Amino acid sequence: MQRYSFWSLLQHSFTGNSGWQAAWRNAPLRSSYDVVIVGGGGHGLATAYYLARKHGIRSVAVLEKGWIGGGNSGRNTQVTRSNYFYPESSAFFDHSLKLYEGLGRELNFNVMLSQRGHMVLAHSAHELDMCRRWMNSIVMNGVDAIMLTPEEIRRRVPILNFRARYPVVGGFIQPRAGISRHDAVVWGYARSASALGVDIVQGCEVNGFLRSGDRVTGLETSRGRVSAERIVLSVAGNSTVLANRAGLRLPLTTMALQAMVSEPVKPVLNTLVMSAVIHVYVSQSDRGEIVLGAGADGYHSYAQRGGVPQLRNTVAAALELFPCFSRLRLMRQWAGAVDITPDTTPIMGLTPVSGLYINCGWGTGGYKAIPAGGDTMAYTVAHNRPHHLIAPFSLERFTSGALIDEGAAAGVAH
Amino acid sequence: MLQIECPYCGVRDEQEFTFGGPSHVERPTPECSDEVWTAYLYFRENARGPHAERWCHSFGCGQWFNAVRDTVTHVFHRVYAIGEARRELEESRQ
Repeated sequence: MQRYSFWSLLQHSFTGNSGWQAAWRNAPLRSSYDVVIVGGGGHGLATAYYLARKHGIRSVAVLEKGWIGGGNSGRNTQVTRSNYFYPESSAFFDHSLKLYEGLGRELNFNVMLSQRGHMVLAHSAHELDMCRRWMNSIVMNGVDAIMLTPEEIRRRVPILNFRARYPVVGGFIQPRAGISRHDAVVWGYARSASALGVDIVQGCEVNGFLRSGDRVTGLETSRGRVSAERIVLSVAGNSTVLANRAGLRLPLTTMALQAMVSEPVKPVLNTLVMSAVIHVYVSQSDRGEIVLGAGADGYHSYAQRGGVPQLRNTVAAALELFPCFSRLRLMRQWAGAVDITPDTTPIMGLTPVSGLYINCGWGTGGYKAIPAGGDTMAYTVAHNRPHHLIAPFSLERFTSGALIDEGAAAGVAH
Repeated sequence: MLQIECPYCGVRDEQEFTFGGPSHVERPTPECSDEVWTAYLYFRENARGPHAERWCHSFGCGQWFNAVRDTVTHVFHRVYAIGEARRELEESRQ
C-alpha cells in the first residue's frame, strides 16, 4: 500500500502525479474463503479490515453487488454523533465516535472528521424538559453534552430564525459530534483491508446460500459458487430478502430515507442543527452545500428514491428555521433503502443459522456506527461469540422482551 | 407523488392516505407460545416486490382498504376491501 503523506504528495507532484497506484485491488472471486462478508458498504468493509488487522483472519472476501459505498454508505448525511439515551447505545456509539476520532491516522486516509457539534433545538418548555432529560442521560453515560440558552444558540447560529412558528426556547449540544467524509470512510477501509489481503469483489450479487444441515457453507453468486466457513450479512435494506433465503426471519421494515443538498455557498453554518418538532436537520458541508436530512417515507420501499411529500416537508421545515436559505436551489436529492427495527436499535451478532452472522437494522443511523460496527462484528465472527458492546443488540431480544427503545436513535438526525 | 386509488373515492394524492403496515396479520390467541406472540408482534412481511398492505383514506372517506403494491416500483397492482382473503394477492402476482 502506498502511504499518503506530505512527502508523497510532494514527490508525486514532481512527476506529474502519474505514479499513484490504485487505492485497492478489484479482486476476482476465489472459490473459498474463511469469511465472506456480503455487502461492500462501510460496515462490511470495516468488518473485513478489523478481521484482518485485529484478528489475523486474512482469507476474507467482501462481495458487493454494485460498487463499494454505492448503497447507504453513499446516501447518508455524514452525521457522526453519540448522543444516545440508553447506556447500551451510548457505550456502543461513543466507542464508534472514539474510533472515528483516530480513524484518519489509523487508515492513513483523511476522513475529514469535523467535530463541529450537534445541536438539538427545543421549541417549547415541555420539549426543553425532555432535552434536559436526554442531555442528563448522555452525561450520565459518560458522553459530552451541554444545555444551551437561546442566547447561546443565537451566538453559535446567528442565521437561525428565533421568531418561527415554533420559537426556539433552548436546546443542547454534543460538542464532539460532527460530520466526516462518507466516501473517504468507505475508501479508507477498502484500501487498508485490501492491503491486508482482503478480496473486494464488486459487481457480485448473492443469489442464495449453500447449506449442509443447519449450517451455511457457502454462497451462490452471480460470479459462481464460493464456499466459506463463516458468512456475515451486512446489506442494510436488503437484509430481510437475503436472510429469508437462508431461512432466517428478521423483524425489519425497509423504507426510503432521503436527503438533499443545495448549491454551494460561502460558510454560514458551522454546526449541525436539528429540530425534532419541525423534523429536519441541517448542516453545511465542507464544499459549502447546505445538507438537509429528511424523514423516512411512510411506507415500505426498496426503491432508493424518496417521495415528493417528504421532500416538500423537509424544505419547508428548513426554511422555517433558516429563512435566508429560501433563494438557494437544490442541487441533488437522493434516498437509500434503510432497514428499521421495531425498537430502532440495530440487530447484530450470531443467528440461529450456524455460520451466519448478521449486522443489520441500522435504520436511519448506520453511518455513525461504521467503525464500531466493523470492530465488534469482527470480534464476534473471530470468536463466535458476541462482543460485549453488541450483546444487548441480539436478535433474541425480541423474544425475551429486552428491547432498547432508543428514541434518540432517530432523533431526526441520521 | 404516489397516486392511490381509493376503492370508494377514486384516484387521489398520497398525502390523503395513511399507511397501515402489512395486511393479513392475524392476532394469535392469548394462550399462544412466546415464539408465536413474538412473530405476531415484530416479524412482519417486508417483501421486495408485491406487498399486501393496508391503507386508510384518512383525509377523504376515512375508510380502510387493502392493496397489493410493489415495493420497488411503487405500482399499486390491486386494491381490495378489508376482510377479503389473501388469495387475491396470489392472483395479482400472475
